[in-house]
Amino acid sequence: MSSLETLLQQLFNALTIGSLYAEAAIGLAMIFSILNMVNFAHGDILMLGVYSIVFGVASGLPFWGAAILGVVFAALAGVLMERVAYRPLRGAPDVALLLTSFAVTVLVENGIIMFVSPNPQPFPVPAMLNKYVSIGNLRLPAIDIGVIASTFVLLAVFTLLVKRTRIGIAMRASSSDSVGAHLCGIDINRVVVFAFALGSAMAGFAGIGWAGRLGIVEPFMGLEPVLKGFVACIFGGFGSLPGAVLGAYMLGGMEVMFTAFLPTEYALYRNAYIFVVLILVLLLRPSGLLGTTAKEKL
Amino acid sequence: MSKRQILGALTILFVLGLVFGLAQLFAEAYLTRVLITIAIYAILSVSLSVSNGFTGVFSIGHVAFMALGAYTAGILTLPLQVKATTMQDLPRFLGTIQIGFLPATLAAGLVPAIVALLVGAAILRLSGHYIAVATLGLLVITSEVLQNAEALTRGARTFTGVLPLTNLGWVFFWAVITLYVAWRLKRSHFGRQMLASRDDLAAAQAQGINILRTRLLAFVVSAFFTGVAGSLYAHFVLAFSSRTFYLPITFEVISMLVVGGMGSVSGAFLGAVALGSLKEVMRLLEPGFAIGPIHVPPVYGLAQIVIATLFILVMIFRPKGVLGDREIDPLFWMRWLKRQDDGARLKSQM
Amino acid sequence: MLSIDNLQVYYGSVHALKGVALKVNEGELITVIGSNGAGKSTLLRTISGLLRPRSGTIAYQGRIINSLKPHEIVKAGISHCPEGRHLFAPLTVIENLMMGAFQRRRGEEYDRDLRWVFELFPVLKERQVQPAGTLSGGEQQMLAIGRALMAVPKLLLLDEPSLGLAPMLVSRIFEVLIELRRTGTTILLVEQNARMALRIADRGYVLETGQMVLQGSGKDLGSNPAVVKAYLGGEASCRV
Repeated sequence: MSSLETLLQQLFNALTIGSLYAEAAIGLAMIFSILNMVNFAHGDILMLGVYSIVFGVASGLPFWGAAILGVVFAALAGVLMERVAYRPLRGAPDVALLLTSFAVTVLVENGIIMFVSPNPQPFPVPAMLNKYVSIGNLRLPAIDIGVIASTFVLLAVFTLLVKRTRIGIAMRASSSDSVGAHLCGIDINRVVVFAFALGSAMAGFAGIGWAGRLGIVEPFMGLEPVLKGFVACIFGGFGSLPGAVLGAYMLGGMEVMFTAFLPTEYALYRNAYIFVVLILVLLLRPSGLLGTTAKEKL
Repeated sequence: MSKRQILGALTILFVLGLVFGLAQLFAEAYLTRVLITIAIYAILSVSLSVSNGFTGVFSIGHVAFMALGAYTAGILTLPLQVKATTMQDLPRFLGTIQIGFLPATLAAGLVPAIVALLVGAAILRLSGHYIAVATLGLLVITSEVLQNAEALTRGARTFTGVLPLTNLGWVFFWAVITLYVAWRLKRSHFGRQMLASRDDLAAAQAQGINILRTRLLAFVVSAFFTGVAGSLYAHFVLAFSSRTFYLPITFEVISMLVVGGMGSVSGAFLGAVALGSLKEVMRLLEPGFAIGPIHVPPVYGLAQIVIATLFILVMIFRPKGVLGDREIDPLFWMRWLKRQDDGARLKSQM
Repeated sequence: MLSIDNLQVYYGSVHALKGVALKVNEGELITVIGSNGAGKSTLLRTISGLLRPRSGTIAYQGRIINSLKPHEIVKAGISHCPEGRHLFAPLTVIENLMMGAFQRRRGEEYDRDLRWVFELFPVLKERQVQPAGTLSGGEQQMLAIGRALMAVPKLLLLDEPSLGLAPMLVSRIFEVLIELRRTGTTILLVEQNARMALRIADRGYVLETGQMVLQGSGKDLGSNPAVVKAYLGGEASCRV
């Protein structure tokens, strides 16, 4: 392959990885923008959605039917989580919510280990996604194409929802000024539920891509999406939804670059480099590229 | 120190000494192991209370320091024969020395302390959950570096052959030191500054408190003792890998602090004792047990689930932990005695 | 319409309102004046549900509303234009106004209400698609009032609408208030600018460190020597 083709191949990889991260990050960013909390359990919501797809298919549903089930189930899981574990803590210091979400992940993960199995299960990738598409000298996995395409569609739908619908605008209003929102007659609880439902549905949707590429599902698979989603949000600026997406693609790009262009011994440490960059960003530009929060530094 | 404080400290020493003495004399191997485990958790929890509870900074990735301590001490005490066979790639300096437990443990505290100083200087300026995320990042980086530095750590493979140097004596020794340092720190000038900066950052700054320096001190001291705990742990479990020091243990230690009382040294200690014991009890129950005719099936992960549920309940109903910022008064027995005394005197006067 | 009795409100351990009582009848324009920190904003925030009183009653159209949530109070017909405005800075002017009408259903009514607000404050129409954060102070105040009006309230609570505004804008706003009263909106106005407030009010109350110390008709209060000395004397010396 010529170097141009290598570059294109890597660009494609970066787009794929970035898309996966964007899907994971946007739900996190939404919840943060309204509640000022980082939902560490976001990854586990993704995991729950994926497990329900596995069950759906095992019970005889066609893959796409099970996928819809997965997304819905993830949304419900998120709403339940909010009602039970986070709403009683409304108004608590931010770190308290983060820690509680940590506890929730322990519960959920151990629950799956107990009630399902601690071992990885195969993920039933539909046949049509399980092949390669050849363009010239490039071999592109169909599933990656699916991930990229669906992410763009998803982001478009999402943007529409958030910018054009009444509840979407109410969400943005509530995250900008909650007192003002109260006084406009907006029921913040309902807005929060909406944000959790939508964000969690997106996590469920993201799960399809994540699990599809891994080929398996296991109880701890939620950790990587939530960590990468975190980092993406920080790059783009916590509180900014387009920032989260931008940060995700940046992150994907960085990862692919490190893996592709560094000699293997150094490439092994790529996650370390990324966290170093993260700390640098936190220090030099804490509001990220497009962020809105003002006071993060002393 | 006032007479009262000395009396209080002696009371605690007496109680701990009693436990230690009884354990040495009567406890068989299993109970001893449980006590050692709880004591190590207590050191972790109390040192975490110094950095988190006092300053309000949440260092989620603190276990990174434990990992660093464990590997540092493990490498330093590893017998030369073992090094020659399983760790041939060690740099010559490390490959040819073998030092005793105490100096190794001190080193195990110093290395994380230095890392904490460097990293802390960078990240402790940030606010609340940015620090939390940054320290989590530190944990991930440390774990990954340890996993990949094959020459030093055997990479992803288990680090084995560690000498079983940890015993009840050493653990109690370090526990007492940790408790003492934490307690003194809390009562000191610095301690007040830390609590002030936690409760009202703007006011603390207005008073001229150097927030960064306060947080940094707490962070470094805390990292030192966490590293020490790592060394004790390493020489107890005798085999570990970088994955040993990751999220599950992080959650357990944080739970102990949260349940016991975030700003309280005794709270952290008691939280460790309570949850550590609970965990042991749960572990015994996990394979399934019978209450009369009812046969409860195996529930693996029960300990984690119970702790997580307890955690959430505490967060909702008593977010500062059972003790909050208060310390238990070791002299409460004196007050009890005094009340009996007063009661007797009143009766005799009637 | 609004009847408050023996209201006790605490901020943590600070006793902010000590047994406040007041009455607003339908169609009236009532003003509450007092110096900074007297508790005027606290009073409004308690009525609109942002704060919960420790004891006392707030009755609106015969119904006790102490324990209602803010959005329920808006639904009942009370709209609060707060101190500090609390606008949605990244949202456009028109999105802000849309949020003001959140409780009302979209449709003909909404369009008519929007037109009405634009008539009252033409500059808002000009700057429709601009983010609220880019407006000047005076324009933001007009937007805040406009947003409160989009709920078409039966009772409008206004917290220091003239604060920090140029005199010309202040007159404009008070003109709008008179117009509102003419069209039947009941108004409870909290103001530091006692002179103008008392001039347009039917009745007024004077709040001092959490307690009501005086009440009367706008005119009577305006000529009350104690009031003149405390709140209007200072005004005279500031007048250019």
